[in-house]
Order: sequence, then C-alpha cells, then structure tokens
Amino acid sequence: MTHARPETGTGSAALRRLVVVGHGMVGHRLVEALDSRDADRQWQITVLAEEPRPAYDRVALSSCFDGADESALRLPEHDPGRVGLRLGDPACALDRAGRTVLTASGDRVPYDALVLATGSRPFVPPLPGATAPGCLVYRTLDDIAAIRAAADKSTTGRGVVVGGGLLGLEAANALRLLGLTTHVVEMAPHLMAVQLDEGGGALLGRMVGELGVTVHTGTGTQQVLTDPETGAASGVELTDGTFLETDLVVFAAGVRPRDELARDAGLEVGERGGVVVDETCRSVTDPRVWAVGEVACIEGRTLGLVAPGYAMAETVADRLLGGEAGFPGADTATQLKLLGVGVASFGDAHATTPGALEVVLNDPVAATYGKLVVSDDARTLLGGILVGDTSGYPLLRPLVGSALPADPATLLAPESAGGAGAGGGVAGLPDSAQICSCHAVTKGALTEAVTEQGCADVPALKSCTKAGTGCGSCVPALKHILEAAGVEQSKALCEHFDHSRAELFEIVAATGITTFSQLVAEHGRGRGCDVCKPAVAAILASRDSATHILDGERGSLQDTNDRHLANMQRNGTYSVVPRVPGGEITPARLIVLGEVARDFGLYTKITGGQRIDLLGARLEQLPAIWRRLTDAGFESGHAYGKAVRTVKSCVGSTWCRYGVQDSVGLAIELELRYRGLRAPHKLKAGVSGCARECAEARSKDFGIIATEQGWNLYVGGNGGFTPRHAELLACDLDHDTLVRTIDRFLMFYVRTADRLQRTAAWLEALEGGLDHLRAVVMDDSLGICAELDAAMERHVADYRDEWRGVLEDPAKLARFTSFVNAPDTPDPAISFAVEREQPVPVPGPVSLGMPQLPAADGAGAR
Amino acid sequence: MKTPAPAGRKVTTMTATSTMNTTTTMTTSPTADWSAVCPLDALPVEQGRAALLPDGSAVALFRLHTGEVHAVGNLDPFSGAPVICHGIVGDRDGVPVVTGPLGKETFELATGRCLDAENVRLPVHDVRLTGPVIEVSTRRNTVETLVGGG
Repeated sequence: MTHARPETGTGSAALRRLVVVGHGMVGHRLVEALDSRDADRQWQITVLAEEPRPAYDRVALSSCFDGADESALRLPEHDPGRVGLRLGDPACALDRAGRTVLTASGDRVPYDALVLATGSRPFVPPLPGATAPGCLVYRTLDDIAAIRAAADKSTTGRGVVVGGGLLGLEAANALRLLGLTTHVVEMAPHLMAVQLDEGGGALLGRMVGELGVTVHTGTGTQQVLTDPETGAASGVELTDGTFLETDLVVFAAGVRPRDELARDAGLEVGERGGVVVDETCRSVTDPRVWAVGEVACIEGRTLGLVAPGYAMAETVADRLLGGEAGFPGADTATQLKLLGVGVASFGDAHATTPGALEVVLNDPVAATYGKLVVSDDARTLLGGILVGDTSGYPLLRPLVGSALPADPATLLAPESAGGAGAGGGVAGLPDSAQICSCHAVTKGALTEAVTEQGCADVPALKSCTKAGTGCGSCVPALKHILEAAGVEQSKALCEHFDHSRAELFEIVAATGITTFSQLVAEHGRGRGCDVCKPAVAAILASRDSATHILDGERGSLQDTNDRHLANMQRNGTYSVVPRVPGGEITPARLIVLGEVARDFGLYTKITGGQRIDLLGARLEQLPAIWRRLTDAGFESGHAYGKAVRTVKSCVGSTWCRYGVQDSVGLAIELELRYRGLRAPHKLKAGVSGCARECAEARSKDFGIIATEQGWNLYVGGNGGFTPRHAELLACDLDHDTLVRTIDRFLMFYVRTADRLQRTAAWLEALEGGLDHLRAVVMDDSLGICAELDAAMERHVADYRDEWRGVLEDPAKLARFTSFVNAPDTPDPAISFAVEREQPVPVPGPVSLGMPQLPAADGAGAR
Repeated sequence: MKTPAPAGRKVTTMTATSTMNTTTTMTTSPTADWSAVCPLDALPVEQGRAALLPDGSAVALFRLHTGEVHAVGNLDPFSGAPVICHGIVGDRDGVPVVTGPLGKETFELATGRCLDAENVRLPVHDVRLTGPVIEVSTRRNTVETLVGGG
C-alpha cells in the first residue's frame, strides 16, 4: 500500500497527514472537531482502531444490559471521503525518525502529525487467581459480551465486582440487570471514594443496598479461589475473612494509561504512566506527537473522565489548524446516575483548600445528601457533593470560583424550598460559567445563541450550540437561560387562545365543553383559524371517540385531510388507504383492492406502513370507492389523521426460524385497539418478533421487540426530518402489562403534548424525561393511571369506523361532491398524465402568482 | 358594510355581501350576469363548497356565522389545484379569512388578498341572495386597484 502525498492542485496549503491512534470517544471527538473546522481541507486523516467496530459511547455501556443494542451506542460516523478509518488494525510501533506508524497488519502509515488516543486498560490487581476463567473486566463491548456469556452459564447465580468506584458500580448494575445476586467490594471506607465524602458515600451505599446489591466497604480482596478441576473462578476471599462463592468476578479497580507505544518510542511518560504533554496536549519530547484523553499525562496526572478528554481533543484540533487553544484545565465535575441513584461531585469536593468550610445537609429520610465547600470567608463556592437529589448540580457547578448568590444552606435546600434546584441561580452566573461541561458551552455562548441567533427553545439551543446533547444534565439550566434572556416561552396556541394545547385539553376535560364555538367564546377570542380549529377538533375527538369527526360543527374544524377522511394530494385529488392491521391481508382482500383501483383508475403503491395506497381519487369518487371497500370488510386506515396509523410487524414466530414471539398477532391486536385514537400528531408503531428487529420498531412512536421472556417496549422514536431511535421504557413485559403500559403512554401523550409534537419531541421536552415517563405510567407517580386507563377503555369501546359513519349519513355524504351545483361533474381543473402505466398528477407546480383560469369553453364544462 | 343592490334583482337584506361593489364600477357592470348556484341551506356555516360557473371556472363559496356569503376563485394560486373551498375558515385580527388546505396560505375572504405573500390574490365574485338562492356574479374582480391596493 502506498501513501503518496496527494496534490491539492488548488493552490491552498498542501495536504498534511494526520494519524490518530485509537478510536474511542476522545479519538472520535478529535476527528469530528478537526473535520468540522478544517474548511480548507488541510488534513488527510487516518484513524487506526484496535476494536473491530467504530467508536461508541463507552460511558453508556451499561445500557446494553437495559436492552439497548450496540447500534444505539454508536457515535456519529465520520465522512468516509475525508477520514480513513482502519478498524481492527491497531498501531504496534512508532518510528519517530521516519514519521511512520507500524500497524498490526504490517502496514507503515506516514504522518505529519500523530495523535495518541489509546485510552487506558483496566487494572487487574496481582492477586492469586485473578487471571482465572470467570475473572473479567468492564471496558469494551467485547467485555460486555464476555460478562453476559459468563452470567448466562453462571451456576452460583452470584457475581462479585472488585472496586466500588464509578466503573465498579456500573459493572454492578450490569450484573444486577443480568439477574445475578451482586456484591461490590471496595477497599475504601465508602463507595466512590474519589468523588464522594463519607456522608455521601454512606447514603449511596445504603440506597444501592436497597436495590439488592451487597456492599462490602473497608475491605480488600485476598484472592480468587479456583476450581481444582476446571481452573475457573469458584469464589472470592476478602481480607476480612468473608468468603463469597461465585464464578463471575469483574475487576473494576481503576485503569492504567495505554502508553506502551510512547514508551517504546522514547517519549517521556509520567511517573504513574501517561504521555507527558504540555498545556496544548503536545508531547514534551516530540512536537509532532500529541496525546489526548486517558493516555495523556497533563498537569502531572492522567484523567479518567470523558469531559476533560473532549476538552483535550478540541484543543488539539484547534492547534492542528493553527489556533491558539490551550487545555482549559481539568474539570473533574461529575454527575451521573448509578443504579438509579443520582450522584454529583464538583470542584474541591473534599475540601482540601486551606481554611475551606463545609456546609452539609443530610436528610436520611428523604434520602438526599448535599454538601457545599466554601472559602474561609463563606463567600466563594469551592465545590460540592450531591447524592440522591442532584437537581441543583447544573446551577451549582458553574458557580465554582464565583461569589455565592445566596446563603449556602439555602442553596442546598430542596427545590420546593427555593434551593438551587428552583432555578433562581442561573441569572447570577457570570457569562464565563460553563453550563454544558460535555461540550464546554458557556452561559455567554448560550445567551448569544438566544439573542443573536434567535434560538427560541431548548431544541434550537441544542442544535445550535450542542449544549445539552451530552449527558443532558444541563437541560434545565438551558430553560432558565432562555427565560433569563427574555424569551417568553409563549404557550399560546394562536391569536385565538392564550393556552397551550395541553392546557386546552385540561380545560375541555374539566368543563366538559364539546364544541369549538363554546370553547373559543368562553376561553378564547374571535372565530378561530387553521391552527386552533384542528387542534381543538383533535382534543374533542381524543376525549370522545363516539362522536364522528364530521358531525355538525366539527366538520368545519377539520384540517385538510381529516376534512374528507382522505389525504389530499398536490393536484387536489385524494388517496385512499384502508386499514390492513399488522400488514396481514388475505388474497381475497388484496384482489378487492386491485379491482377497486382498476375500476376507478387509481394509482397504487405499497406504503412504508405495510398497506396499500390508492391515489388519484376525485372527491366525488370517494364514497363509491369506500362503499366497495367497506362491503369487502375494509375500514378507514386513518392515514389522513393525527391518529394511530399502523403497527408494522415482521412475520414473527409463526413462520420465521428466528422469531421468539408472535409479532403479527400482537401487531394486529394493538392496531385494532388503538385505531382511530386522535392524538397531537400521527402515531406509528411496530412489533418485531426477535432482536433482529425486521419491523424497525425502534424507529416508531412505540415499538415492541420480542424477547425470550416477553416484550421490550421502546417509546419516542420516529423517522422523518430528524430520525430518532425509540428509547427502552421497560423490559420483558408480559402481554397484559405491555398493553396497559402502552395504553397509559399513549393517553399521557395525548393529554400533555403540544400541537403537532410527536412523541420523540414530547419525550425530549418532558421534564424528567424517560425516567419521569416510566414513573408516571409504571409506578403511577402522578396518581393518574386510573384516569388514563379509563380513557383508553372508553376509546376502545366507542371506536366506530369513520368511513362507515359517512356512508350511513346523507348529510356527511353531501360533503363529497365536486360542485354544490353539479355534484357529479369532475372538476375540469384536475387532469392526469401517465407514468409507468399509471395515472399521476400533471407534473410541475403552477408558478407562484395568479392562476391561469380555464378558458370559458374549458373541457368538462356543461 | 352596506352594499347597494344591483338593479333589477330582489335582494334579501342581511346575507349577501359584495364588498367589491363599493369601489367597482369598472368591471362589474350594472348588467352583470348572475349565476344561481345553490340554496343557502346547502352551504353549512364555515364549511366551503365549490360551485361551477357557466364558463367552466369554479368559485369557492363560504358562509360565515354572521350570515355573510363570500365567493372567491377556487384555484389555489400556489399549487394550481382547485382546493380553496376545502380551506379552514376563521379570522385574523377579526377579518374573515380562509386558509388554503395545501400550503396553508391565508386569504382575506372579502378582498381575496393573500396575507402570506405579496401581490397574490384570489379573484373575488359578488354574491347576492335571491329568495333562498345564492347567486354569484360571473365577473371576476381581480383588478388590484379595486380594493385600494394591498
């Protein structure tokens, strides 16, 4: 393989070659950062990756045990045209004089600049038996697979994690989710000794214990005992004499930098490992070599957190492009959920500053612990620890080094008592305060995005600044910044109502109002518009499935497609989509569809939702078409409504060799259950019969994937403009629990979402996110589940086919005429062309401006 | 707005509006042709219907809650599709409007003026009620100056 230096041929700076060794999160970030800023294309990038897969979110590794699959963890792909990513071909030697890297495959890759991003390896203490089969580590997806396999064949049913730090608790969560009785062994007197003090650690230990994890603190591991016959691990002996029988031991007792390449090449390494770099992340030995992330020894130490790693990646990217950036200093602040327990630690959490004072609020009853470390004059915040309730973190952390806006005890008080969680603090922050530590976004940058770039809501801020797209903990702070910048988050639906859709829903529910006229007269103004009328129509329909959507005044509220129970096409004709539940259809019905299409001259196409679209129907043809379809047993597919559309399915266990459950049966049941339910936006669903996910359920508003034990339920996915994978709401549900949970999810969404807000955006905006949703629909934290259940029962009982309702009512049929004075005359302004043997609209839009009216003797005129 | 009734026809008072007439003498002659299209009852409140005129063109008829009836051209100038009659009727700042069903552009019912794009308007037809029957002028008022510019 040659690496000839390509000519740029454009007169710009010559292309230089960057080799990045390692494709973890930090290596990935470096490439992304460089690629996005390298407008002149100065650098040709090659990445040498050890793992056979591209970079993934290692921090979220434990979500693999919560049902997420590998693809959910994957980080965005690099542009393959710009970045040569060589998977499974790690670097094995550096030739600094020749400026080449030797790879495992024997290739020599030349570089002008080299970035080491090799990360670290788990530290396995040199104990007897520590390398026996059954002793594992927790760092990569392969490690996860090994742990899963070992758990599957475990005979003791017990797993032991050595190490009670951040990684150890993540590993413990994994073992717990795999169904093992889990023990954690920690040498320090309490869990997470690096981040927490004794009080916080003790509370964490207690809460973790309540989840069934046994914690052994203040004791070391003496040895791993092995089975004399197999040589595999059979137990762990602790230094306090405790013996734990187990065949699965996970070591999570720290990491060591992977600096072998650097050592062998004569680069200076730190006392405790790591490539020694200056404040620009450049090797102090060789200016062509840089190091980022856990392999870098900066300011005399290595850092095992992703946020400082990202900061290093940004620094190097800037420097490679001639910038002046320097490493901003390690922010070791952490906020995370371990086994469901919120933990945050920031600044001088251990009060090592001389004279530092500690203010502690310890509430064992509410299970919260908070500590603020302040300067000796109690004026400046130095750091803090929060366990249990971490809602104050986004506002407290940026205050480190600044004057306290209030008395420390007040800041620690719970949100309800006006503490930091109440959000008053963000206004007092300086512009330099970092709000999003994952992406290093300051309050100043966010304020500017609001005032200069017109970001008016959290999603806009997210896409503009990236803030809130990492761990998400700063999202509440983003809202406060919007408010502080004077952005009135107006909830008004339109000029006719000052209320949001959700508020109108509650008004309708509380007052029992059943008409738009009454609602707008009593709670709004004017006659309504194309925004509020359909929104109110949908609210009325959601609450009352028994009344036809075209009954009386409601007929005047409906939007374009609902108005004629068909989707209006660009030329004013309509499409007809009968329901085909689960995509299962008999040959006889399929033939009916074909005959109807043929007889009415309709264009036919298979939809993405596993049904058949018949296009090109004129308004006045719809009743006749639907009479034929209804007679054959078809009913409305609601393709026109903000309603449940389809529940897509794979063939499932009935036919498929891999299927583990009857996905078609479930899809049909769900589609029939929820058909006709009006919602703030369309709802799509899918059911897959096994983890291969052929129904693409995770791209749906609700998706169900079969497991050996039952069903996994995912919510909040969609395709469309911004594709989003659905998130796992619950695992291994039995049939009845699954249906009940979906019932509540749908009704909660219907009740609280904004107009035209799909479940994905709703979930993103939902205060408390997925955890809150889970609490509401599974633990009834709001006490509304009985109402939600009753609402769904009512819907199921009251459902009636809307098209049948039209065919049975002459008043509604009168809507389906071309002209009030010539009911059956085809509109002469509609004409068709033929394409691939089917009728299609005459191509090309009419140019903007006055329409060309048909001539006086136009075709079709009587 | 009170409108003088065109000569030679008996007009019931409250319902028919023809805003344009106040400023038009150029295009709507006193002898304008009127086409009877349907009984008032065939037009539900705030639910449009299309009506075919003798020349093969179509108007979108709208009956407001006040009893006013408006007729505008049925072709959506943005898509070229005959769909204006299927738009949602409402108001903007109290002015009666219809919002087209395809691109959601909003038009004033009285003037045809598009509120979302400059220099776009729907042709407007005078309407009157003779007995129970809605009659539409076959003349289209499309000259900009008629409504004082926009």
